[in-house]
Amino acid sequence: MKREIWKGSEAIAEAAIRAGCRCFFGYPITPQNEIPEYMSLHMPQSGGVFVQAESELAAVNMVYGAAASGVRAMTSSSSPGVSLKQEGISYLAACQLPAVVVNVMRGGPGLGSIQPAQGDYFQATRGGGNGDYRTVVLAPANIQEAVDLTQEAFDIADQYRNPVVLLADGLIGQMMEPIVWKERTPRPLPEKTWAACGRGDRDHNNFITSLLIDAPSCEAHNLELHKKVLEMEKNECRWEEILLEDAEMVLVAYGTPSRVAQTAAENLRKQGIKAGVFRPITLWPYPYARLREIAALDRVKVFLTVEMSLGQMLDDVNLAVAERKPVKFYGRCGGKIPGVSEVERAAQEAWKEVK
Amino acid sequence: MTAAERFPHRLTLVTGHYGTGKTEFSVNLALALAREGGPVALADLDIVNPYFRSRERRELLEAAGVRLIATSQALADADVPALPAELHAVLEDRTVRGVLDIGGDPSGARVLARYRPRIVREDYQLLYIVNAARPEVRTAERSVEVLRAIEAVTGLACTGLVNNTHLCGETTAGDIRQGAALAEEVSRRTNIPVRCHIAEARFQDQLRDLPLFPIHIQMKKPWE
Repeated sequence: MKREIWKGSEAIAEAAIRAGCRCFFGYPITPQNEIPEYMSLHMPQSGGVFVQAESELAAVNMVYGAAASGVRAMTSSSSPGVSLKQEGISYLAACQLPAVVVNVMRGGPGLGSIQPAQGDYFQATRGGGNGDYRTVVLAPANIQEAVDLTQEAFDIADQYRNPVVLLADGLIGQMMEPIVWKERTPRPLPEKTWAACGRGDRDHNNFITSLLIDAPSCEAHNLELHKKVLEMEKNECRWEEILLEDAEMVLVAYGTPSRVAQTAAENLRKQGIKAGVFRPITLWPYPYARLREIAALDRVKVFLTVEMSLGQMLDDVNLAVAERKPVKFYGRCGGKIPGVSEVERAAQEAWKEVK
Repeated sequence: MTAAERFPHRLTLVTGHYGTGKTEFSVNLALALAREGGPVALADLDIVNPYFRSRERRELLEAAGVRLIATSQALADADVPALPAELHAVLEDRTVRGVLDIGGDPSGARVLARYRPRIVREDYQLLYIVNAARPEVRTAERSVEVLRAIEAVTGLACTGLVNNTHLCGETTAGDIRQGAALAEEVSRRTNIPVRCHIAEARFQDQLRDLPLFPIHIQMKKPWE
């Protein structure tokens, strides 16, 4: 296979086109401008539609319209822009519309900075919109994975008729790495008989709405959605274990900090601390069960969560570990990336406390 | 061959499609010229990229005696199209060797148009980086297209090609040779000479037959 060097954002855009995305609606914001930029050139060449919307809100509602007609659709933005899309994501989930929303996170809250961050973990994993819904949240740690997960995101969205979030930090969006375009086996997917794409020979109209004004109908609808939530929890959870076979200290990190944590773990091992990395790839569903198993191992003494935020994923680590072992934390925020030596120091301190 | 012999002009303007490795080359060239002596300035004129800009290597450059000219520190983390007034110091002062790191694509190269009247009075070379691993410019046709678009937007003629084909840490000598073939083809189509091939110093033995500019990776990722 031929290796090429791609920038994260443009690779995500190309991956979406290759996955059959035919509608992209977006609005520029750093550090993900290469996605709409790339789409504006290549989407029309692929027979698709690119629209630079007047706002993020307009873009996500255009996705709603395109998805309702059965077309694979995507929007992308960065943190403050994704906040604006939350209403649309709730409506997509309510109407059971498949779509992919990419968030290349930058420093927050508010307008924040344009440097890389992970402060949107709560928003992405808990749902920033109203109501009982969940979105699968995929968190790549390298460009190859960003490509693979973007393509799979469309399959996941179609399988469950639910929006999927690709959550990358700014560095994943901006850095360059070699990738290969793999031969992909798409999931077997049901036909979109629900799509509002013209009545044709159908004996009924397809209505797509989230307004269920009488409470029993609304509750029944919620219970239907919840069945899918349970299915996604059961089927879609994934993670990676790095140097964990004999680890006594577990660094938990996703995205860019997981790369930093891996180098730190390798260095810590040279200093006699058997460290490894647990890297969630799906942030929802979160790999609680596996992390709980690891926490129960006698040899595992302590956890250290590393984030580019101030303790958001930490909540999930604590839910999994459930006080079986101490959970420490090291984070940078606002656009600062934790350095390898900083993580090593935090790990050494955590180690001192348990030894 | 020294860097000053390889790149004899007072001003070196580094352009190319974005992601071809202009910043890595610019930083390495400025460091090499500084090692060889004489005042050297590196101007970070990248108004396109929000990350991985030469201004992020301020400490390294200044420690090596390279004067870094970049947008004010207050805007160092921003992506506003602000250009440093200090650039004029390099354009005016003929005792200084200047490396100008330009943003990618014609949109990034546009900044040069503003300085064109001053640049054409100086001893300068406009280099165009060729990278066969970058999908958008991996063919000679597309590479020439971007080169011509950069010339059109800057009003300056390209005077040299530089092959910087790499795959980050996964680069092989074969990849660099593939890029060399692309650079030769671009050269054949444009009559612009290939000045050199950029390679990490570890490839020197394997590529003795090529005119190499050896580099050490300076624009590392946070975990490298």
